[in-house]
Amino acid sequence: MTYLRKGLGGVAAVLGLGAALVTGAPTAAQAADLSGRTVEWIIPFAAGGGSDVWARIYAPFMQRHLAGQPNVVVRNVPGGGSTIGANQFQQRARPDGRTILGTSGSTQFPYLLDDQRVQYEYRDWIPILASPTGGVAYISGRFGIEDASQLDQVMETELVYGSQGATSLDLVPLLAFDIMGMNVRAVFGMQGRGEGRVAFERGEVTVDYQTSAAYISRVTPLVEAGEAVPLFSWGALDEDGNLVRDPTFPDLPHFAEAYEMVHGEAPSGPAWDAWKAFFIAGFAAQKMVFLPGGTPDDMVEVWREGLDAVVADPEFVEAAQEELGAYPQVTRAAAERIVEMAINVPDEAKEWVKTWLREKYNVDI
Amino acid sequence: MLDAMLLGLGHVLSGEHFLFLCLGVLLGLVIGILPGLGGIAGMSLLLPFLYGMDPISALAMLIGLIAVIPTSDTFTSVLMGIPGSSGSQATVLDGFPLSKKGEAARALTAAFAASLVGGLVGALILTAFILVARPLVLSFGSAELFMLTVLGLSMVGVLAGRSLVKGLAACGLGLAFGTLGGAPATGEFRMTFDLIYLTDGLPLVVVGLALFALPEIVDLMRSGRSISETARLGAGRLQGLIDVIRHRWLVLRCSIMGCLIGALPGLGGTVVDWIMYGHVVQTARDKTQFGKGDIRGVIAPESANNAKEGGGLVPTLLFGVPGSGSMAVFLGGMVLLGIEPGVRMLQYQLDLTYAIIWSLALANVVGAGACILLSRPVAKLTTIPYGYLAPFMLMVILFASYQATRHWGDILALFLLGFVALYLKRFGWPRPAFLIGFVLAPASETYLYQAVQFYGWDWIWRPGVLVIGALTLGSIYLGIRFAPKEVEKTAAAAAENPWPQRIFALLILGFFLVCLWDNLDRSFLGRVFPVTVAGAGALFSLLAVVLLFRAGSGHAIYTDLDRESAVGDRPPERSAEHYLLWFAALVAGTWLIGLLPAVFLFFLAFLRLKAGASWALTLLLAVAAVGFLVFMGGLLTIVYPEGLLEDWIGLDLRP
Repeated sequence: MTYLRKGLGGVAAVLGLGAALVTGAPTAAQAADLSGRTVEWIIPFAAGGGSDVWARIYAPFMQRHLAGQPNVVVRNVPGGGSTIGANQFQQRARPDGRTILGTSGSTQFPYLLDDQRVQYEYRDWIPILASPTGGVAYISGRFGIEDASQLDQVMETELVYGSQGATSLDLVPLLAFDIMGMNVRAVFGMQGRGEGRVAFERGEVTVDYQTSAAYISRVTPLVEAGEAVPLFSWGALDEDGNLVRDPTFPDLPHFAEAYEMVHGEAPSGPAWDAWKAFFIAGFAAQKMVFLPGGTPDDMVEVWREGLDAVVADPEFVEAAQEELGAYPQVTRAAAERIVEMAINVPDEAKEWVKTWLREKYNVDI
Repeated sequence: MLDAMLLGLGHVLSGEHFLFLCLGVLLGLVIGILPGLGGIAGMSLLLPFLYGMDPISALAMLIGLIAVIPTSDTFTSVLMGIPGSSGSQATVLDGFPLSKKGEAARALTAAFAASLVGGLVGALILTAFILVARPLVLSFGSAELFMLTVLGLSMVGVLAGRSLVKGLAACGLGLAFGTLGGAPATGEFRMTFDLIYLTDGLPLVVVGLALFALPEIVDLMRSGRSISETARLGAGRLQGLIDVIRHRWLVLRCSIMGCLIGALPGLGGTVVDWIMYGHVVQTARDKTQFGKGDIRGVIAPESANNAKEGGGLVPTLLFGVPGSGSMAVFLGGMVLLGIEPGVRMLQYQLDLTYAIIWSLALANVVGAGACILLSRPVAKLTTIPYGYLAPFMLMVILFASYQATRHWGDILALFLLGFVALYLKRFGWPRPAFLIGFVLAPASETYLYQAVQFYGWDWIWRPGVLVIGALTLGSIYLGIRFAPKEVEKTAAAAAENPWPQRIFALLILGFFLVCLWDNLDRSFLGRVFPVTVAGAGALFSLLAVVLLFRAGSGHAIYTDLDRESAVGDRPPERSAEHYLLWFAALVAGTWLIGLLPAVFLFFLAFLRLKAGASWALTLLLAVAAVGFLVFMGGLLTIVYPEGLLEDWIGLDLRP
């Protein structure tokens, strides 16, 4: 009956009884504990989407493992390509451990590209969790190639990619195709990766990618039927930040390997540096959880301990394995490191991408 | 396959499954009655229970909840003219006039019975269709989807009402509003005036509430009567059932079409009600009563509406792409339960697929049955003097619009667009035409652009395109051929003082010019659609302006309902603007002190000053209203807008 208190409190305040009757206000120095509290988890995306489902997989386990077993409520604040929810968190969240934010690559990219809608600053926040994911690029079976090593046979062919927009997460695949030297035309206006895949199944689109979970459940049948041929995964990061094969797809080459298969040498240069930076922000550190800056240390510790317990819970591991792929869910220092990598994109890489977007897709940010 | 069917049937008919399904239906009923709350609120309610439940039972609960929402939101559409969701907007057109005539119980019963049949027919078709749907659905590419939006737009002729010129201009207005926000091809922000809120365009729920609900509420407040003009409930439930039986072929046609169009990923849901509404008007011999309370105008969209949800399962189960808003939530719920929809599900879990399809049908029967039982008592609301009902209605639409994106922009957009809609209504610019333009603008722009990108201009010669094109031409022909001939005489009174409508028409023209000006310096792909739309809109509104200045006083272009009702029996005491100010006060109060206290004060003021209620009753109703919000808020963990006051004094009311 959380709103009962709120409602009565609000009416009472108006009737002149003032804030004295406000029952919900915490007394100043409570022991760091969330018992009896409701934690609001802001997800800057609509209900039913990937980030929403991710949060809803986590929420019940947070409820179980956070000190005091608080009620964890997922609050969808969609809009502005996730900038509205993140701005709201930046401006209004109180540093008391009762409001957290879940971001995704779609929140990171506008921030990195200095989008004018961004009024949030990642450096102000305290990272407490990072959820990596991966992606697999695949091509239509009609071209008759069997894997990435035969990509040189289709370099002259115009391939079509269904995209949500050049500044969305699609930046990573579009840039990858470009670096690879493939001739890919992007058709925009897709609402979500699912629509792009349906267009692929219709034959309108001839090259596509899906994130790991969607690839496993929805593209594998197409591969078995010969309609789709997997090319490469984006890869994953090892402890030292090197690109290695994606643990979910150990048999597929990662992007740099595939590049080497085609061109005989490892990729390098500003385009490659930019790609890797945006790959980290978009996939290796795709989903992250933050507390507002200024949250007291003991409260941060409540969260860290709680999340440690969540990712160690065998029941959670099983649920996460199915939905989030075989990626380690990262907490504490490791999470801080990965967030650091995601937002510390060198200025040269940012500028290179902005120029590339302007020249290739006529996008001015 | 037969095995799978039997197994699926076994799932559905097991007692436990049925019990959870009914539980879901019950929750859905409570939530669905409130406009603006749909599957999302229901999901947050169910979620704590879903975890660890047996997937089949959990699925039953989820389906029960989702199936009944498009049924139960018919209550507010018919009784109060408040479209609860995009699926019930076409129902408002004739459902609400029926309520005004005192035939609310009849309209509701007919709507629910039609829904029920629609749901069942949908499930029946799906049982066979789901097995062969993939190639068929895949044959609908971007070009065919674009043509479907054109077919939808061709219904404007039917929805235009008295003046075709105004109808086309209103549709252009809707299309222009629909282009607000990021351009599908280039991502450029159009007409956003640097407001982040506008970058995603306006939410459909807010536009629907502003267009239909607010002007009706204001009008009812002015009249001071109950919704039912006779203050009685006339023809009742039996009549409603008879209506559905009498129009059984219509129900069948609309159900089949609803199911099939609903099955198309990416478009389905949004157009089907309007296409069916247009269809019934075109094929009816006597069209004079449409828009004034023709029962067929309720039956057609409602039978399509529930069948559509069944159709929406095709993209959801087959491709893992949600066919509608509630299906997005359903998809999320399935993923949480560890069920991965996709082609594999049909191969390896056909029994589960059938269990889902038939659960949806069963939930429809239970839900529609419960709604029919409720229809008579709930219809009594229409006999309550509106002074008592009005503050509740204003509270509900404020609350409902805020649930769209939970941004203050939702409330402001509701107010401003509602203000415009008041005059659209008064001066006879058809709001349904506006809405259909708004609904179809993003889809038609996106699919046209994609079709050209994928196929070049050869897309025109694709067989599917030719077939839908022929249907569109046929629909336009029917619309012209059987258009009502006589120009209504009421128009004569309207020309008394034509200046208000002239000014309004000039403002509309001005809006189109602003839209043109805003878009001219964009890239070709970013501007071609809005410029075309605004250009056409400017032409039609210019034509309307010219007519309004030049035409003789009996011309159909003149409409001023305000003048006409003044000619009627009893002139309203206060202007529409007066009551809009009351609403503005509620909005401003919410902004200052938050929704809950503002609602409380608003109830006190309105009931005392406007409804003349006693202090006891006033307090009782005000406490009831706040109590209701508090209860629902707690149950569904809904956020209400907070006021500046809470920020200023650092009030922390969170649990």
